[in-house]
Amino acid sequence: MISEMYQEQILDHYRHPRNYGSLPSPDATFEDSNPLCGDLVAVDLAFDGERIADIRFRGSGCAISQAAASMLTELAAGMTREEARAITRESVLEEVGVPLSPARVKCALLGHKVLLAALYGVPAHAAEGKDPRP
Amino acid sequence: MGDVATASMRARTPLAARADFPILATSRDGMPLAYLDSAATAQKPLAVLEAMDDYYRRYNANVHRGVYTLSEQATAAYEDARATVAAFIHASTPEEVIFTRNTTEAINLVAHSWGRRNLGSGDAILVSELEHHSNLVPWQLLAEERGARMLAIPADPAGNLDLSRLDDLLAQSVKLVAITQMSNVLGTIPPIKEIITRAHAAGALVLVDGAQSVPHLPVDVQALGCDFLAFSAHKMVGPTGIGALYGRRELLEPMPPFLGGGSMIKHVTLERSTYADVPQRFEAGTPAIAEAIGFGAAVRYLQDLGMDRVRAREAELTTALIETLALIPDVTILGPTGGERGGAVSFTVRGVHPHDVASLLDEENVAVRAGHHCCQPLMRVLGVGATTRASIAFYNNQEDLKALARGLHRVGKVFGLERS
Repeated sequence: MISEMYQEQILDHYRHPRNYGSLPSPDATFEDSNPLCGDLVAVDLAFDGERIADIRFRGSGCAISQAAASMLTELAAGMTREEARAITRESVLEEVGVPLSPARVKCALLGHKVLLAALYGVPAHAAEGKDPRP
Repeated sequence: MGDVATASMRARTPLAARADFPILATSRDGMPLAYLDSAATAQKPLAVLEAMDDYYRRYNANVHRGVYTLSEQATAAYEDARATVAAFIHASTPEEVIFTRNTTEAINLVAHSWGRRNLGSGDAILVSELEHHSNLVPWQLLAEERGARMLAIPADPAGNLDLSRLDDLLAQSVKLVAITQMSNVLGTIPPIKEIITRAHAAGALVLVDGAQSVPHLPVDVQALGCDFLAFSAHKMVGPTGIGALYGRRELLEPMPPFLGGGSMIKHVTLERSTYADVPQRFEAGTPAIAEAIGFGAAVRYLQDLGMDRVRAREAELTTALIETLALIPDVTILGPTGGERGGAVSFTVRGVHPHDVASLLDEENVAVRAGHHCCQPLMRVLGVGATTRASIAFYNNQEDLKALARGLHRVGKVFGLERS
């Protein structure tokens, strides 16, 4: 009865997402969705100098997208802007730690895409509907 | 799991047909394939695979204009496929069937060729809230180009169309009604004969999206009275890459070409060309010859089984599928649970995203589809972002449904829904 993809760490993050919610006045924020399945993730960041002092995410969608976003916030919390920008897709997938079919890799990487967009400095009011990546 | 039959000894009843489909005898890690995604694409019987293989091995040549024997053979097989498909839907002549890539291309053909000539500023196209994106987007593009409007027949969450305002809608300069004969999400079968009658009374033409209906229902274009019918081979046990547009001859005759190129011309100078007769006018370039031959073989296969018997077997399996789903805690079936309906059944599992449901079912080698099924407007009517959909074809069996039930119980266990 044990699932390869839905192992305890995934289900735990899905049921009890870490750093869930929003920041009252974030320094950076971004939101994006996966049009194929409607997964949605939004990330808020607050900086203390170059360091991520606080991070929150919220969203809806499949367990993989939400658990991966939750894990990513734990990974990024406390990092400098530069360190967080250096988080690779591979390291996110490693963090997720379960075998994902190609279709589900997109779900796992949605939070990462949103975090990078937030890190590259889109002002909160302009975040919606813009692709800020250089 | 029975031995796979050869095409020459293929099944004569839908019940025995499973053995004609090699893929249905496969398994992964000891788990037999439970294929419940035929609404996306159907599996292929040996008769189809062998017909295409035979063409490539024995008489591969380009069609039309060849004066040598092989080309004549290929041309005869290609045109025989057209005649077979035309007879299957009761077209009055084979020339009323144009081979396209698929349903989507067939609809785009009508939008480009008929639509650009016949739709003007202020005219309207009437669709329904059940439509697949392929029966919405081509019309939106056309409407934008021509300054025309899009109107829609509303649907309720059970998938029933509200026809009470149909005549009011039709009165708003509607030139064309584009409507599905069977919902790919809910399996509902709209009363298209009534819609066609009322549309014609209002002076509008009707294009029927038959992608889901032609594979599963006996369809008679003359009895329906539709003006256009679009469908795909791959959903009716034929190959991908080929579909058909049926159009009434008197509508096709004056229509300008869709794509330009070889085969669709009569006479070409450097400045201008005159165009071939119907249907060649709409089949530019070398067509999908093997696929057309495979399409013909698929239709003959269905005819041998008998569409009435296919329909009866699929209705039986659909009822069993709905009964199976109804017994699973936390599963909600969307759309009709009884009456005349098709074999596409959408459902949700409380607290579990459809993609998670489908991934967990895949771990048991149960193939279902999850998502918006290219029907985002209908998702809004249903009030969901996505659904999980299991869909039936005549070759499914009780074992497939048992595997689905086992998989769904496991979804409950993994996500901690089931109270044991």
